[in-house]
Amino acid sequence: MKILKFLGKLSCGLLLAMAVNGVSAGEVPMPEIPKAKSNFSAEQSCVEPTDFMRQRHGLFLKHYRHDTMRRGMRTLQHSLVACINCHVTADESGNYPTVHQSSKHFCRSCHTYAAVNIDCFQCHTSKPQESFSVDIGPVQSD
Amino acid sequence: MNVSNQNRRDFLKKSAAITIAPGVLLYSISQAHHTERPVKSTTRWGMLIDTNKCINDCTACLDACTEEHGLTEEVPIEIKPVWIRKVTLRDKQTGKESSLPIMCQHCEKPPCVDVCPTGASFKRDDGIVLVDRHICIGCRYCMMACPYKARSFVHEALENQKPHSPRGKGTVEACNFCVYRIDTGVGPACIEACETAGHQAMIYGDINNPDSEIHKKLKEMSSSVLRPDLKLNPGVRYQGL
Repeated sequence: MKILKFLGKLSCGLLLAMAVNGVSAGEVPMPEIPKAKSNFSAEQSCVEPTDFMRQRHGLFLKHYRHDTMRRGMRTLQHSLVACINCHVTADESGNYPTVHQSSKHFCRSCHTYAAVNIDCFQCHTSKPQESFSVDIGPVQSD
Repeated sequence: MNVSNQNRRDFLKKSAAITIAPGVLLYSISQAHHTERPVKSTTRWGMLIDTNKCINDCTACLDACTEEHGLTEEVPIEIKPVWIRKVTLRDKQTGKESSLPIMCQHCEKPPCVDVCPTGASFKRDDGIVLVDRHICIGCRYCMMACPYKARSFVHEALENQKPHSPRGKGTVEACNFCVYRIDTGVGPACIEACETAGHQAMIYGDINNPDSEIHKKLKEMSSSVLRPDLKLNPGVRYQGL
């Protein structure tokens, strides 16, 4: 079973890597993943290395949701709200798409391609906060 | 990883600073809100409501709650979620009326947590009772167990939830003491609204902290809890009942 799971993860990662590198995958259209609003720091674009985030963001979300909800630890770097604030960008008319309305929503663009259902947004909002300034926690300065 | 590097760096910075100015820094550290540390079991968040100051037809706290948590969906009244409600009590003999808001009482021994089959109903170390909606199966046992009728069930799919207050169909919800505000050092929205409306009928704080306003008031004046016979030791207390 473990081997099967591992193979599953590997193929998922490969698919994603192919998508990101622009390798053709037959008739399935490539996901156009919107660019985030800002870089986390001069050296790093996201709160963790990009490749790491592509594969493991789900684990981060699950781990930190436990810490936040049960233990009251509110680190902004791995919170779903902070992800949405930075990654979900406005469309041509300046409106923010919800994950249900638009296939161009940051989360949906890739999850549709990978055929992985997410139910985060039955409860959580998929739009950025209204009064959002680009502040995703302590930025590494030195 | 970066996270641990960052923590190590922070630690080194702090320890270096402490050697320079121990008194000043230790004070500021103890006063700061450490949102990155787990909540402590030495804290017990509570609320004190003065029913003499609570005005009969005022709904400031209710409106603030609706606004803060986005409880604005248009559904029939029977299934409308209620996190906080106003109750008017009348003494049959004297006719004296008192009005009071009732919400989740954040019991020390919450019956909703006792009956929950999945562990979704839980009490944080600092006494705030919450629903983990990731694992709530919507059985509504907790709604039956709660003697204060504090919990609601979401019957319909929702849209445009507030970023800080996620809610969704098929799960149970209740007053969460505006937990995300508490964690960052701001009080619950209802209390802020009561103050803004000029009534000052509600205060909140750490009941266990001898320096807190709520601790001092509870020590000075007599207060009561709802249904003391159940011995649940609620965190919400009433004055003047």
